[in-house]
Amino acid sequence: MLLPDQVERNAWSYLKEFTDARIAIGRSGLSIPTREVLRFQLSHAQARDAVLQPLDTQKLYDQLEAQGIKFMTVQSKVTDRTEYLRRPDLGRQLADESAEKIAALAASLPAAPDIAMVFSEGLSSIAIQTNLLPFLKVFNAVSGLNVRFSPLIHVEQGRVAVGDAVADILGAKVVVMLIGERPGLTSPDSMGIYMTYDARPGTTDERRNCISNIRPAGQSYMQAADTLNYLLSESLRRGISGVDLKDDQVALE
Amino acid sequence: MFTCSIAGRSYGFGSLKELMAKASPLRSGDQLAGIAARSAEERVAAQLLLSEVPLQRFLEDLLIPYEEDEVSRLVIDTHDAKAFSHISGLSVGEFRDWLLSESVSGDVLTRIAGGLTPEMVAAVSKIMRIQDLVYVASKVRVVTAFRNTIGLPGTMAARLQPNHPTDDPAGITASTLDGLMYGSGDACIGINPATDNITAVMALLQVLDDLRQRYEIPTQSCVLTHVTTTMEAMRRGAPVDLVFQSIAGTEAANASFGITLAMLEEARGMALELKRGTVGDNVMYFETGQGSALSANAHHGVDQQTVEARAYAVARHFKPLLVNTVVGFIGPEYLYDAKQIIRAGLEDHFCGKLLGLPMGVDVCYTNHAEADQDDMDTLLTLLGVAGCNYIMGIPGADDIMLNYQSTSFHDALYIRRQLGLTPAPEFMEWLQKVGIMTEESGLALPGLERLPLPDKQTLHALA
Repeated sequence: MLLPDQVERNAWSYLKEFTDARIAIGRSGLSIPTREVLRFQLSHAQARDAVLQPLDTQKLYDQLEAQGIKFMTVQSKVTDRTEYLRRPDLGRQLADESAEKIAALAASLPAAPDIAMVFSEGLSSIAIQTNLLPFLKVFNAVSGLNVRFSPLIHVEQGRVAVGDAVADILGAKVVVMLIGERPGLTSPDSMGIYMTYDARPGTTDERRNCISNIRPAGQSYMQAADTLNYLLSESLRRGISGVDLKDDQVALE
Repeated sequence: MFTCSIAGRSYGFGSLKELMAKASPLRSGDQLAGIAARSAEERVAAQLLLSEVPLQRFLEDLLIPYEEDEVSRLVIDTHDAKAFSHISGLSVGEFRDWLLSESVSGDVLTRIAGGLTPEMVAAVSKIMRIQDLVYVASKVRVVTAFRNTIGLPGTMAARLQPNHPTDDPAGITASTLDGLMYGSGDACIGINPATDNITAVMALLQVLDDLRQRYEIPTQSCVLTHVTTTMEAMRRGAPVDLVFQSIAGTEAANASFGITLAMLEEARGMALELKRGTVGDNVMYFETGQGSALSANAHHGVDQQTVEARAYAVARHFKPLLVNTVVGFIGPEYLYDAKQIIRAGLEDHFCGKLLGLPMGVDVCYTNHAEADQDDMDTLLTLLGVAGCNYIMGIPGADDIMLNYQSTSFHDALYIRRQLGLTPAPEFMEWLQKVGIMTEESGLALPGLERLPLPDKQTLHALA
């Protein structure tokens, strides 16, 4: 019986300690060994599922209710997942009836909120399913801000900038958008937070601060909550966000 | 006005720009821009009409006016009329037939390159099939050099891309050593840094240069940061081999990247003065990709493939060592699926080569595009046959900083073996000297006796 060439393992596998990159994975002939090929396929499958599988809203809403968190669901102008991927412009706009719904909410509030809290599954439903609630718990515990928060607004099939439209209608000073990030192969469950002062439709990205890679194996909820807390207080105090605020943070380091 | 009638249905296109857009093979970015053909038949109608347009017209009927755009001015002001005279009587369709002729050799194509404008090559690519794009591109060799020679017949290089999410020097060193052991790194060792911070960029440049000197590797390094950051690093005495910049095909899109042509010229001059190249002085490294102008809202209603070809006119002015299209990185709103990514990669390679560029391709996709590693194998194999100058080499094809998938060190070995290709000659000699590669071009892992790697302590000290 002919045996296949032995899978060659690398003498430098001790280097793996220094990076999560797929190094020292050995070779079968000149190709990637079976185990590594399948490990890669699994990661890709998880990332694809994160993009394509819908958010389990029933489960998430039950959890929010159990925590006593008030929320409202609205839609972007996107009608299905394929359109979401092809038409980012539609994901940045609220559906007409959704805009009316938020306007009705605004009218019912005793005063305009300082901070509009918005979330969307974005490009990873798993990110929101996994991280939204645990993050909010930590954030609510550490946030000592004496400000008015809006109810949590879930924009289905939204892009980051759809939060601007929400903030505009609510008359909020700052919008916080929690969103599923584009899944990486090793991070299909990564949530991002975008904070924008004086957001309105047409606001551009350099006006935003981003806290990225929030997930169990990435940036911790506590770290992200601390950063958001700091950014919010500075943003409200100085009336800015984005590049200007970010530069100050670097200088502080 | 361009008009025709097919089976009783009439089609009209108001401008050359509209005709080009409607003649483009289907892609999501043109649909997003609202300029794509509205039906399959309309697309072919536009292609039929485009095939009859004389090449000469592209010199007179500019898609983006001369007064409005410095890329248009660059194209017109540097046009080589003598080189163009060999093909000036041809229409777009006749140009395709001419390119496919057996008698039109690579030497002929090299001689006329200066007479071609990006719009001419974009136009002809729209009426070419995949096999046409592969065959014609394979005739052209574009050879460049710095510390080694890239693009020679029978070779294919790989850029070693050892990215790390926090730019950790130990992590980057680990990935670099892994890539070298698999024979990658002749195109360059190039890091996409997580930050544009000048101190961090200079530290990375030093790490790469120390590594290169320690092992006496005949290759060049690059930290792919903004051109102004690299210029500042040069002023501060950092070991800069190559100046990197992302570029696009319109002045407005380049402005959104924070660059002008004058800035690129100045940076090139500074890098040339350092005289760090040993076998050549191609000091620029450019990256491009279809859709970048639209994403900056700076496309002037021109289709994304034509705008991409215009970026190559920018690139060729600065005699780069390396140019690559990062074809699948931009996402499904510009190139929806593998079919679109594969065709775009081959169009970009073809257009770049015809314009005289040392084209490489980042064969890649993101997780929200309809594509997978099988599709990358397909594109990689096609590009190998087309004579692509270089591809990326990334540990396990998984870039843990940029969060996308490209080609692995193993993929580069696969395509070289499959097509009988070798790395750049100087680099291959080094691989053999240190025992990574055998005299018969086989891989001779591990070779640790002749290439002692740093131990854990040394690496911890780096971090």
